[in-house]
Amino acid sequence: MRIPCPHCGERDVAEFRYGGDASNVRPSHGSGDLKQWHDYKFIFDNPQGPHLEYWQHVYGCRQWFKLNRNTATNEIVGGER
Amino acid sequence: MAKGYSIFSLAKHALRPSEPWPEAWEKPVPKSSYDVIIIGGGGHGLATAYYLAKDHGVKNIAVLEKSYIGSGNVGRNTTLIRSNYMIGGNTAFFEKSMQLWEGLSHELNFNCMVSHRGQMTLAVSPGQVDAFARRGNTMRLNGIDAELLDRNEVMKELPYLDFSKEARFPIHGAIHQPRAGTVRHDAVAWGYARAASQLGVHIIENCEVSAILRDGDKVVGVETSRGKILSNKIGIAVAGHTSHVAAMAGLRLPVESHILQAFVTEPVKPIVHHVVSWGAELFYLSQSDKGGMVFGGHIDGFNTYTQRGQFHRIQNVMECATTLLPFMSRMRLLRHWGGIQDMTPDGSPFICKTPIDGLYLNGGWCYQGFKATPASGTTFAYMIANDQEHELTGGFSLDRFEKGKELDEYGIGNWIYKQ
Ligand SMILES: Cc1cc2nc3c(=O)[nH]c(=O)nc-3n(C[C@H](O)[C@H](O)[C@H](O)COP(=O)(O)OP(=O)(O)OC[C@H]3O[C@@H](n4cnc5c(N)ncnc54)[C@H](O)[C@@H]3O)c2cc1C
Ligand SMILES: [Zn+2]
Repeated sequence: MRIPCPHCGERDVAEFRYGGDASNVRPSHGSGDLKQWHDYKFIFDNPQGPHLEYWQHVYGCRQWFKLNRNTATNEIVGGER
Repeated sequence: MAKGYSIFSLAKHALRPSEPWPEAWEKPVPKSSYDVIIIGGGGHGLATAYYLAKDHGVKNIAVLEKSYIGSGNVGRNTTLIRSNYMIGGNTAFFEKSMQLWEGLSHELNFNCMVSHRGQMTLAVSPGQVDAFARRGNTMRLNGIDAELLDRNEVMKELPYLDFSKEARFPIHGAIHQPRAGTVRHDAVAWGYARAASQLGVHIIENCEVSAILRDGDKVVGVETSRGKILSNKIGIAVAGHTSHVAAMAGLRLPVESHILQAFVTEPVKPIVHHVVSWGAELFYLSQSDKGGMVFGGHIDGFNTYTQRGQFHRIQNVMECATTLLPFMSRMRLLRHWGGIQDMTPDGSPFICKTPIDGLYLNGGWCYQGFKATPASGTTFAYMIANDQEHELTGGFSLDRFEKGKELDEYGIGNWIYKQ
C-alpha cells in the first residue's frame, strides 16, 4: 500500500504509523463525563468501507494527517492536512 | 452419512477405493425457525453448536456460515495451543481449553492430530527471565505445567538458535510449557462440524446473515442470503467480522478488524521439535508434520478487511526468523496468507450477553482464538442455554473498559498501535 503524505507525497506504508479512527470526536478538556471518554477511546465503528483515519509520517516529516481509505479494498480516496 | 470412523471403516474403504467416503456432515435446507442460531461456522461457532446439542440437549440448532466450513481463521491460523496465562480472568479459561484439547480427538471421533510438543518462549534479557519466572510460578500455582530453563538447557534442546557472541538478542533462558503444542486446524473445523451434524445440528453453508431482526429489545431472527430464519436465541461467532455483524443489531463495540499474516516454507527434515516463540518481538514458529516451518508475527497494524498482507510486515517477520534461527535464511518461502481478526483494546476476547435480549456475543479473539476453541464453545453454549455467564468467562464482558477491568495480559491489543 502507498500512502500520499500531504507534505511529502506518496510513500510506502512502511514509513507510516497508524493512529486509528479520526471520526471519533475527542471530548472537550475538563469534561468529566466518563461515558463520553470511554466511547471516544474504546468504541469504534470499524466499518467495512470508507474510513477516515489518522496516520503519522514517522520516517518522513513526522506530521500527523487524516486519510480517507476504503477498508474493504485498501483504496485511498484522499488525504487532508 | 459417515457414523463412526475406526480401523474397520478405514479397512473397508481401503479395500473398496471406488466407493467414495460419505460426506462428513449433512447439507440440509434451512428451516424457517430454530431454537438457537449461531452466526459463523468457524471453530467457535461449530464448537458452540456441538456443546449446545451434547451438553445442554438443545435439539433445534442452526449454524449459518456465509462461505464454506473452514474458510475463515479456523483454517488460516498457525495452529498453536498453550495455556501460559497469568491474569485472573484468563488463566483458568485457557487451561480448561488445554484440558479439552487433550481428549478432543476421542470426543469427536476425528483425528485432530493434537501434538503436545511443548512451547519454548525465549528470554533475551535477565529481566525477562525474572518476568518468566513470575509467569511460571503463577501458572504452577494454578496447576498448569511450566518450567524455567537456563541458557545451557535451552542450548541442549534448541541447538539451532543463534547462541554466538554476536547474537543481536542473546538468549538468557526460556519458559517451557510441555503440554503446549499444535493441533491440525482444519480437522478441528471438520471434526466439530461432523460431530455436531451427527447430533442433529443444521450446518448451513453459503448462507450470509445480512440483518438481525428485533422486536423491541429482543431478537427474533435473521435475514440471510437463503431467506428469513427465525429464532429467539442468536449467538454471534464471526471472528474478524464481529463489528460488522453486531452493527446489524445496532451495537458499536470496542473492536477493530486487522489482518494477521502467516507463512510456511518448503518442507525439510525434522529440526524444530517444539513451538518456539521469542521475547524480543512477537514471533512464533513450529515445524509442521509435513516439514514446513509455519510462522508468524504481528498484525499489519491498521484496520482492514482485505486478506492481502503488506510487504513491510513480511520483511519484519523474515528478519525475526533469520535473527532467531539463522538457518532460516537458506529456506524458501512456499506460501503466505492473511486472515482478518478482531482486535480489542486490551487483546482479550468477549464471551458475553449484549444489551439485546437473546443476542449473545463471542468475539474479539485477537491472536489467540484457535487455542481457545473448545473452551469458548463450552462456555458460550452454557451461556446461550442458561442465559447466564459461565464461571470461567466473567472477565470477558463488554463493559470491562468502563469498569477499569481490562485483561491486558501481553499488551498486544489495538492500543499499542496508537501510542
Ligand atoms: C494468520 C493467523 C494466525 C493465527 N494463529 C493462531 C494461533 O497460532 N493460535 C491461536 O490460538 N489463534 C491463532 N489465530 C487466531 C484464530 O485463528 C482466531 O481467533 C479463531 O480462529 C477465530 O474463531 P473462528 O475459528 O470461529 O473464526 P473463523 O473461522 O474466521 O469463523 C468465523 C466465520 O464467520 C463467518 N461469517 C462472517 N460474517 C458472516 C455473516 N454475515 N454471516 C454468516 N457467516 C459469517 C466467516 O465466513 C467465518 O467462517 C490466528 C489467526 C490468524 C489470522
Ligand atoms: Zn511526510
